[in-house]
Amino acid sequence: MEQLFTLTTLTGILHSTIRLATPYLFASLGETISQRSGVLNLGVEGQMLMGAFAAFFVVVTTGSLLGGVVAAIFVGALLGLLMALVSVSFRAEQGISGIGMYLLGLGLSSLLFRLTLGSVQSVRGFAELALPGLSSIPVLGPALFKHSLLVYVAFALVPMVAYLLNRTTWGLNIRAVGDNPQAADTLGVPVIAIRYATVTVGGAMAAMGGASLSISAVNIFQENMTGGIGFIAVALVYFGGWRPVGVMLGILLFSLVSALQIWLQLVGIGIPSDLAVMLPYILTIIALALAPRRTGQPAALTRPFNRGMA
Amino acid sequence: MFKRGTLVVVAFVLAVLLTACGGAPAAPAAPAATDAPVAAEPFKVAVVMPSTETDLAWSQAMIDALRSIQAEMGGEAAMQISISENMFNVTDAAAALRDYASAGNQLVIAHGTQYGTSMFEVARDFPEVSFAWGTATDTGEAEGFTNVFSYNASAEEGGYVNGVIAAMLSTSNVVGIVGPVEAGDAKAYIDGFEQGVLSVKPDSTVNKTYTGSFGDTAAAAEAASTHIAAGADVLTGSAQQVVGAIGVAKERGALWLGTQSSQASLAPDIVVATQLYDWTGVLKDIIAKIQAGTLGGTAYDLTLENGGLKIVFNSAFPGVTPEMQAAVDTAIQGISSGVITVLP
Repeated sequence: MEQLFTLTTLTGILHSTIRLATPYLFASLGETISQRSGVLNLGVEGQMLMGAFAAFFVVVTTGSLLGGVVAAIFVGALLGLLMALVSVSFRAEQGISGIGMYLLGLGLSSLLFRLTLGSVQSVRGFAELALPGLSSIPVLGPALFKHSLLVYVAFALVPMVAYLLNRTTWGLNIRAVGDNPQAADTLGVPVIAIRYATVTVGGAMAAMGGASLSISAVNIFQENMTGGIGFIAVALVYFGGWRPVGVMLGILLFSLVSALQIWLQLVGIGIPSDLAVMLPYILTIIALALAPRRTGQPAALTRPFNRGMA
Repeated sequence: MFKRGTLVVVAFVLAVLLTACGGAPAAPAAPAATDAPVAAEPFKVAVVMPSTETDLAWSQAMIDALRSIQAEMGGEAAMQISISENMFNVTDAAAALRDYASAGNQLVIAHGTQYGTSMFEVARDFPEVSFAWGTATDTGEAEGFTNVFSYNASAEEGGYVNGVIAAMLSTSNVVGIVGPVEAGDAKAYIDGFEQGVLSVKPDSTVNKTYTGSFGDTAAAAEAASTHIAAGADVLTGSAQQVVGAIGVAKERGALWLGTQSSQASLAPDIVVATQLYDWTGVLKDIIAKIQAGTLGGTAYDLTLENGGLKIVFNSAFPGVTPEMQAAVDTAIQGISSGVITVLP
């Protein structure tokens, strides 16, 4: 038990928390942008899988990590466009089309993996990058400032997305479109174009979340490797009240409990492993149930825009 | 409208009739056993498994065995293998088992403990088809089944031997285990591994974690990172999820001991040895029994003694010392002769 309170353990738990948060940050922040414009993209998981595969495939074949990132963004944006086409232009039921996107991503990434690479292999992904100076702070230094590049990028996206949504005309338009598309339309805001843009960006970010697994955290691609992360990422957007900082805090809490449960098992505290692995999910359900406010929810979320119909 | 509707009905009836006729010659009465195997129909096997045939673990071990028997029997003409991969959803697996049973397969393999209930339901409806499932020890004989084989792996035995190797390799005297679900052959392997480590270095720290999933690669990777952060320099783990852990171990230079299938191809520099599940002997015996008319009733077990379990060193790994080799041989002999008791 006392092993849990040593500095090594503390550093380890924090380090795990930050690393575990990364794919969620990419995916949830992208989903936040998309949902703030009124589009629920439930296909995040599928876009993550395609991003994970695209990045991994490019790194395997060319060795270029940058190429991998570009490939993930490209493929994610493409799937985002497809999602926008279905849910914005065709005005399909967003929950259903999201499930379709998930199944497409799951199936297509598995199929392409089999056709091209075929068997499990590993790549040299993004290495840990210790920030000079900062990483030598005791306990916090190695926990916070010794991560791969994509981890820093993911956290840097939080203030960037917050700035975009709250301080720019773009953000204002996104929020207007998500709260009252009819009013926004009468004011000349291009509702359809904005929703296309947010869902496309959201897709690209989800794909980056996948890439952060396949070419940074795990350095392997395997079929269905995201294992539900994309769905939790959508839940964490609700959890965080559709605000980037809130979403980040929710992700950190979820990741902290995920990291903690591994350490709890490791130090042999005596709780059954089946119970330990459930902890983060139980926590999410409790937090979602207790969260009192729905005030941040975009009023037009999941409602397709149809000019002339209120 | 009416006319077109009639046409559709006629076309449908025709289609059904044609299908029925087409199906008839394909299912001739089984020819009486003669000494003319050349003209015989190929032996038809179907397998339903939870991950892919290239998972470097559980499913691949079974497929490798089937393919080697197929090659030995004379290829596709002598043996046909149908595979359903990624059946992590038991409902889908149940449907696949039923399809295979009705499609004229002589042996249907439900490769996963979780398929047991569904497999017995299908086996009851197809008494003329032989079924095999594992890891399990129940052939359903008590319930009157005569068409079910079961197979088990005494994974704790190779786990013990891997533990001996791990203890000899570890300089930090901390080893980490990336477990999937605390059950079945995974738990047996892990408990055996711990016992093996402690048999060499009783004061070692053996850290165990379970991800709660057989296939969650990312969770296994995180568990491996945690073990390394906690000081482990030798890791092991079980199920198809381990590729994630091996990726991390490779990145951080920790050593790896494998089980089920060889994982050396993934990380030749760090994979030291593997406990291989060799199902070839079991499958050959099952096929021979089926061809002789016995469709079930035998519970098989892979052990070091019967050769179903093999400890295979990775020849590309340079750190295997003669002492290690000797300790492994001693452990294998001890387990085979019963001098060492490995508790599952």
